[in-house]
Amino acid sequence: MRGWRVAGYLLLWSYAAVAVAPLIVMVIDSLRPNTEVLSRPLALPTTVDFSSYATAWTQASFSTYVRNSVLVTVGAVALDVAVSLPASYVLGRFRFRGSGVLIAYFLAGLMLPIRLGILPIFYLLGSMNLVDSRLGLVLVYAASGIPFSVFIMSAFFRGLPRELEEAARIDGAGEFRVFARVMAPLVKPAIATVVVFRFVPLWNDFFFPLVLLRTTDRYTLPVGLTQFFGEFQTNWSALFAGLVIATVPLVVLFLVATKQIVEGLTAGMGR
Amino acid sequence: MRWRVAFWFLLPAFLLYTVFTVYPLLSALTDSLWQWEGTARGGFAGAGNFTSLFTTFPLNRQLGPAFWHTMAFFAGTMLVQNTFGLLVAVLLVELPVARRFLRTVYTVPYLIGGLVVGYLWSLLLSPTFGPLNAGLDAVGLGSLARPWLGDPATALPVVILVNAWQYIGFPVLLFGAALAGLPPEYGEAARVDGANAGQRFFRVTLPLMLPAIGVVSILTFIGSMNTFELVYSLEGAQGNQPTGPGGATDVLGLIFYRVAFQEGGTNAIGQSSALAALLFLFTFGIAVVANRVVRRREASLT
Repeated sequence: MRGWRVAGYLLLWSYAAVAVAPLIVMVIDSLRPNTEVLSRPLALPTTVDFSSYATAWTQASFSTYVRNSVLVTVGAVALDVAVSLPASYVLGRFRFRGSGVLIAYFLAGLMLPIRLGILPIFYLLGSMNLVDSRLGLVLVYAASGIPFSVFIMSAFFRGLPRELEEAARIDGAGEFRVFARVMAPLVKPAIATVVVFRFVPLWNDFFFPLVLLRTTDRYTLPVGLTQFFGEFQTNWSALFAGLVIATVPLVVLFLVATKQIVEGLTAGMGR
Repeated sequence: MRWRVAFWFLLPAFLLYTVFTVYPLLSALTDSLWQWEGTARGGFAGAGNFTSLFTTFPLNRQLGPAFWHTMAFFAGTMLVQNTFGLLVAVLLVELPVARRFLRTVYTVPYLIGGLVVGYLWSLLLSPTFGPLNAGLDAVGLGSLARPWLGDPATALPVVILVNAWQYIGFPVLLFGAALAGLPPEYGEAARVDGANAGQRFFRVTLPLMLPAIGVVSILTFIGSMNTFELVYSLEGAQGNQPTGPGGATDVLGLIFYRVAFQEGGTNAIGQSSALAALLFLFTFGIAVVANRVVRRREASLT
């Protein structure tokens, strides 16, 4: 029994090393001068050198890419939550003719491969003058998040007790007041789950900006990275620095919101 | 709640979702039935775009292999990522020391995103300056070093392994949640009856985990059908960069991108929409059927 436990721990910790080793190499090599990285790929830094970050940030316009990624991701998540919250409130708390169909309509989106609609999306945005536009990307991203947001938030609204809402009504609050002042604040945990869990795939998305953006000034980080990997092919230290820059915001997010990420990943499993 | 208020609460989400998600997917389905000249719609094509997928060079030569690569990707991921993920999840239940820390460590690569992971590993696995080959050399295994991503024999397995490295946290978390939700009485009863650890796992835990395994399998299947970024960043859009494996890693997601935006010619809309329709029906069809099977098994368990 004891031997079995030792073997188990050994396996768990060895795999933990496999999981983080590539990330450690990435960080270490981003801090070493390029000549060293190329001559000895696996070595500790002799001096800590941040110049590769300066190269990536200014010469390779990572400052622009990061700003665009923040604008697009934050804008899309905010719009997604802003439209999904009131819809989830109605769908989660009220039964009316067609409410079942509407819920099914929204949740079907959880299974739809949205990328396959890329050409119609491209021409639709073209007709609105929104190709090569960050706003166009925001609209597509926000729309693609609605099924998941409605799924999470309507389930949460459904679980709230009736009494609160009725007490507010008796006090003479109107529908909008009941929603905004009483009900919406109670679903903050669901909002947090949606925000965190939508942020990650949008921040990382490559497919839509690859097709929809044309101008370097508007590139988000993933498309910026492809450009960067073409231009800085031989400067490995800078390439690693660029990868670190693209990764850090997500790691920070993960450390402050592990709970929401775990909940989002396992949503619907606890039935 | 009054009708009018409910209407205004629902309208923005309904409009945004309908215009930018549902409508494009439906139009991809209908576009596949017409002939296209650039962006101008020509005559009704019927099944013409669908048959042309299998008769136009070079697509007819690429589609079959890409289908099998995608299936191999799915099978390999099930075998490597989900089997190992289940093992890790079970071990984490039994071995409590630093459980949360380990779970966090396993999940970190998932956050990074396919493109960054692909570029990172393309550097790590590079035949000339790559740390992996250097590491093999350093421990005296230099003879094992090879151009991992350029050799057609290793390219697809390596892509599957890199993908598993990225997503391992997903089965660990999902199976972990499912294991935590199992009623402990069954395991206890089996223990009292004298079942050993192996018997308890295969005879009690595994059958109870089938619904969770089903869900993970379905999601893995959908993910495999959508694989794109990782292959793009590891091997390039053509899969035949100077160091590339000459199409050995072409998957359906990549072929779709190439038909729609690179190789489709004047009828790109028609052809890529036909491919989109086929991919959609295949993915959705399998997912729906598999979901039914899982639910039926679930019902027979309780």
